[in-house]
Amino acid sequence: MKILIKGGKIIDPKNSVEGIYDLLIEDGKIKEIGDNIATDSQDIEIIDASGKLVFPGLIDMHVHLREPGLEHKETIQTGLQAAAKGGFTTVACMPNTKPAIDDRTIVEALDRKARGEKINLKVIGAATKNIDTDQLTEMGDLKEAGIVAISNDGKPVKNAYITRRVLEYAKQFDLILIEHCEDESLANGGFIHEGYYSTILGLKGIPRESEDLIVARDIALAQMTDAKVHIAHISSKNSVELVREGKRKGIKVTAEVTPQHLVLTDAAVEGFDTSTKINPPLRSEEDRIALIEGLQDGTIDIIATDHAPHARYEKEVEYAYAPFGAVGLETALALINTKLVKEGVISYSQLVGKMANRPGEIFKLGGDLSIGSNADVIVFDPDKKWTVDPDKFYSMGKNTPFKGWELEGEVVHTICKGEFALKDGKVTE
Amino acid sequence: MLKYKDLLGLRNITKEEIDEILETAIPMKDIIKRDIKKVPTLRGKSMATLFFENSTRTKSSFEIAAKYLSADCTNLAVSTSSVQKGETLIDTAKTLEVMGIELFVMRHGASGAPHFLGRNTKARIVNAGDGMNEHPTQGLLDMYTMKDKKGDLSNLTVTILGDVAHSRVARSNIWGLIKYGTKVRVVAPETLIPVELQKMGVEVYTDVDKALKGTDVVNVLRLQKERQSSGLLPSLSEYNKFWGLTEKRLELLNSDAIIMHPGPMNRGVEIMPEVYENPNSVVDEQVTNGVAVRMAILFLMMGGKGSEDIN
Repeated sequence: MKILIKGGKIIDPKNSVEGIYDLLIEDGKIKEIGDNIATDSQDIEIIDASGKLVFPGLIDMHVHLREPGLEHKETIQTGLQAAAKGGFTTVACMPNTKPAIDDRTIVEALDRKARGEKINLKVIGAATKNIDTDQLTEMGDLKEAGIVAISNDGKPVKNAYITRRVLEYAKQFDLILIEHCEDESLANGGFIHEGYYSTILGLKGIPRESEDLIVARDIALAQMTDAKVHIAHISSKNSVELVREGKRKGIKVTAEVTPQHLVLTDAAVEGFDTSTKINPPLRSEEDRIALIEGLQDGTIDIIATDHAPHARYEKEVEYAYAPFGAVGLETALALINTKLVKEGVISYSQLVGKMANRPGEIFKLGGDLSIGSNADVIVFDPDKKWTVDPDKFYSMGKNTPFKGWELEGEVVHTICKGEFALKDGKVTE
Repeated sequence: MLKYKDLLGLRNITKEEIDEILETAIPMKDIIKRDIKKVPTLRGKSMATLFFENSTRTKSSFEIAAKYLSADCTNLAVSTSSVQKGETLIDTAKTLEVMGIELFVMRHGASGAPHFLGRNTKARIVNAGDGMNEHPTQGLLDMYTMKDKKGDLSNLTVTILGDVAHSRVARSNIWGLIKYGTKVRVVAPETLIPVELQKMGVEVYTDVDKALKGTDVVNVLRLQKERQSSGLLPSLSEYNKFWGLTEKRLELLNSDAIIMHPGPMNRGVEIMPEVYENPNSVVDEQVTNGVAVRMAILFLMMGGKGSEDIN
């Protein structure tokens, strides 16, 4: 089957494309980008994209799809449907499941489950067995089975010594360690940012230095081992500075930030809505500004959602008892569009860089519209207004801090491997 | 009348609402002093105390307030019963709500728990202490006592001495008093001062002698003894030496300054026994005023329209 996307504004900074062109997809690949591509063939679907934007399919390097073992929160199927709705054609799922994704057989099982789905599922393997231990996972074997990175997300790798060994070992297989940076002793059971709001609400705080300590540790160890470390969901202004400095020194460190940390601050915790309880916590306005600056100057490479679905009954409890996490797949693009692009903070070209090109580059997953590459393409209506209604999410997780927000920008079509995963705003059967 | 369904804290209510509560408490206090301590005002009204944490004085204070106003009060010590069976807060409250309970007095160890319950029940809620967030009725009874003893709150310098970090009493006092323009000082060891506290509009001290100088009211907070095992304090005796309210330190206060403590006291830790026995100590009166203020709140939330209505 062929698909011809006509008259949309194509944005792909990787290939220096930004303008109104047609895009032809054939046999699951991007065949041609150009002016007025002829349509003589019979077997072709023509999409009118005039007034719309055409991006490479977005890549999300940080989602929790909860399989195996936590299917009451999310499944591969519902998670990938949410991805299609949000414009993501590739998502990488974190290994903090039950059991943890720390063994080849689990990676293979997930691959089998994803086989019938339209969105690309990539798997991140645990760095140490069962996450919080001293035993390295079989990274070579896991890599052969297809993992794209390693992480103990939800927790940092246990201590400096084990992190050193993880980095050394992972380097041989060209695996990047995605690190959840939190010094748990300094965090001391806290669960919102330690600042004015933790003080007035009487909620236990996690100081930003809890993140800084592990970012500093890992940058030092990345330098020592010449391995690659990727800072997950960066949230602290000091950590942004540490990454900036590390990059300046040529250390192989990259970083991601979530839309929620770019858009919200700890002020959102007032009212005790448990969907604002995330880890790392929503931080202060000065941190938020530093994150935006880091995003603008390239210190922060990518935007990732940290999509973390929970069952309603798990979040409908006292703030202190609720699990950490918010869903993000179905709101990320519209939030970035509304709150960053439309307000002149970043350009569409930067958006595509942060959400497709750069994650594709770092983790070798494509993420651009190169001729001959897999046809992962989205058509985005940047001006469509809508209201966030969690009941309409494809995700099983309804825990969003953006409920009721008026956003601009909706994904019209998500095409993955040359097939519609989302058509006219609806996930395809 | 109170603007919101629930009384959750002093941060989000107005000065006018506080005034109304404090004024309504004045005739309530007269009832307590009567020979027959009962008025029929809330006859037929049904309320429950939901205490998820241990409490003797706050719980009995509410219970007595309810009895003096003829409301029916059911007491649920939830910490020991249903929660251990896995029943959620909403389930517990819902069960009582459908039995006809109109108002919950609630204490809970998690900050924000009454806010959460308030969104999930039609019954009204009085926060009797949530985690480290607020304890509005204690704040109100403290303000009542200050006003009663010292007059206009806006002319006073009040020093809150002790473990502010973990204290809901301190937060409610601060929110209430700053609405009146009271000068509020806070003094504690650095480890017990939460970050950015001065943004609440208070002066923060670690030197107790400096903080007490020129103070009209000193409100001493209880120090939980477990603080010394969690890296916050070296010992109780060191705390007493540098931050305890001793007779000698009373000399720093303004003449006829009053001494307050929300109880229960750790004598020899945050306060010396002689200080409690000092003629300017109003600790016992605070307890009486607590009943009056709670009567006023129950009355305003379940009963009449204004303070003229009680007799």
